[in-house]
Amino acid sequence: MTAVTALIAEDEPLLAACLKADLAQLWPELHLVAQAGDGAQALALALQHRPHVCFLDIRMPGMTGLEAAQAMAEDWPAGTPFPLLVFVTAYDQYALQAFDAQAVDYLVKPVQPARLAACVARLQARLSAQASAQAPAADALQAAVDQLRGLIGSAPAAATPPPRMTVVPAQVGNLVHMVPVDDVIYFEAADKYVRVVTAEREHLIRLPLKDLLPQLDPQAFWQVHRGTVVQARCIAQARREESGKVTLSLVGRPETLTASRLYAHLFKGL
Amino acid sequence: MSPSSPTHSPGKQGPPPSWLAQQLRLWLTLLAVDVVIIVFILLISRQDPWLTTVYATTATFGCALTIQLLLHIGVRVAGERRPGWPPWPWTMGAVLIGTLIGYTLGGLLGNLITGRDAATPLSGLSRQTLGSLMFALVPGAIIVWVFHTRERLAAAEAQAQQAQRLAVENQLRLLQSQLEPHMLFNTLANLRVLIALDPGRAQAMLDRLIGYLRATLNASRLPLHPLSEEFARVDDYLALMAVRMDARLQVRLRMPPELADVPVPPLLLQPLVENSIKHGLEPQVAGGRIEVQATREGGQLHLAVRDTGVGLAAAPADGTRFGLGQVRERLQTLYGTAARVDMKPASDAEGGTLVTLTLPLSPPDATP
Repeated sequence: MTAVTALIAEDEPLLAACLKADLAQLWPELHLVAQAGDGAQALALALQHRPHVCFLDIRMPGMTGLEAAQAMAEDWPAGTPFPLLVFVTAYDQYALQAFDAQAVDYLVKPVQPARLAACVARLQARLSAQASAQAPAADALQAAVDQLRGLIGSAPAAATPPPRMTVVPAQVGNLVHMVPVDDVIYFEAADKYVRVVTAEREHLIRLPLKDLLPQLDPQAFWQVHRGTVVQARCIAQARREESGKVTLSLVGRPETLTASRLYAHLFKGL
Repeated sequence: MSPSSPTHSPGKQGPPPSWLAQQLRLWLTLLAVDVVIIVFILLISRQDPWLTTVYATTATFGCALTIQLLLHIGVRVAGERRPGWPPWPWTMGAVLIGTLIGYTLGGLLGNLITGRDAATPLSGLSRQTLGSLMFALVPGAIIVWVFHTRERLAAAEAQAQQAQRLAVENQLRLLQSQLEPHMLFNTLANLRVLIALDPGRAQAMLDRLIGYLRATLNASRLPLHPLSEEFARVDDYLALMAVRMDARLQVRLRMPPELADVPVPPLLLQPLVENSIKHGLEPQVAGGRIEVQATREGGQLHLAVRDTGVGLAAAPADGTRFGLGQVRERLQTLYGTAARVDMKPASDAEGGTLVTLTLPLSPPDATP
């Protein structure tokens, strides 16, 4: 069996160094292949190195550990085993409840050595079970997807939900186009912007997708990917791919969209 | 002269009296006034008791009803700025005109009851009617004044109680927000690492934490402390954050020495600095700089907290507004309109957010 590899994502350098040192002592065979200081870097490094285990801090700049894990599950190449996830957090009482049910393990900072030892034992047991069962990688990925899907809804909702948006004000120079929400076929995150696509044309708005989402009617607009929200009535067909993703063809647009594994369950036929 | 008026004892506040109770109180007061007037007239002049009773009663209630009607109209006209009473000029006018009209109507009613033809202001202003009118003005004015003053005192007291309750609530919220578990446990986690790695630095960090905790726990007890103390506490907090964020956080604190002794509410800047870290710099992968600066402008103290973070558009509005609202409330409780809070995007190329506070250099007159 090849050496067990790991990734640590933690934005506070001292804490990252400490976790690294503690792991080196408790689990000398563990090979640390990558260390990330923010969520986006964690995602990129995980996809590049495909470690067996990821230790993800929750509160990180740019992308939280939770978001990074969800993105990993969406982009993970089919055929390679999905990493075992351990979330590390200082204090997130809502998340903790969810982790009890969903994550392989979670650690609370400051991480106590005894607690970390228990976590290591748990990971080792999981890894050897995987190795002996020779379970297909797809099953492990599916299990991770199911776990992460459970975590998506666990973030505490805002105390007062923002009002529903009826028109999207899209600025071009000095002009603001008022795009009726109902005309929008899909929204797609693009760097710092969100593309607002209608049958005729597309606009760019500066509002991040995660701030836009609560302002949309969840019955009418479905999130199908971390970067895509589509109006349900504009989906013509959904085709399930080998990788577990779903390809969506649209009414009124020639291009297709991809629904990620995390959202593929929306397209199960009745 | 006022009958069975419940005194507003401080600290105990029952529900506001119902409309019925208010009316009952008013009519009983009027009846008492009526009796006093009748007795008074009978004592100073030897008038016929029956006629005196009729005319005094009709005049008293005529005046009272008319004045009340005019006051009521006044409240409607003036809007609901101070419910219950119109502005002072209107109130005085209502007493004057109400007495004139009410006295006249009362006289006419009295004539109707007795079948006599006593003089009223309608039949010309003789010296006698003018004298009676002046006499009639006195009780109306006194009653209005007493009721008005009493209600104003009660309202002021209620307001003071409300302000006190708010202050206590604020202190509690301040304490809760400053002992934020996420910050505390992350700091402790870092401290735990440093103890093994670099005991000297660990000790320095612990001293900062002690300073921060002591200030937080004391903040609710002291109304004011010197600006130098405030900057020292901000420095403690930012030093703790700097250990955690390392190169991602740069700090610049500037306080001219001549402003060191200016009294300010304790930990006033804390929520602002915390916002800058939490909503400005922490979400930014590259981190950034935070600047806290005190300047004197005219007779006022300017405090500015600026960060080069993600800016207002990207930060979640609810979280930022909570800290800012807290600061605004505290300043308003202490200084009223003399203090100002302002938040806007930083104007230069580095971006981020700028919050400025303007407050008087001298302490507020009355510390609650």
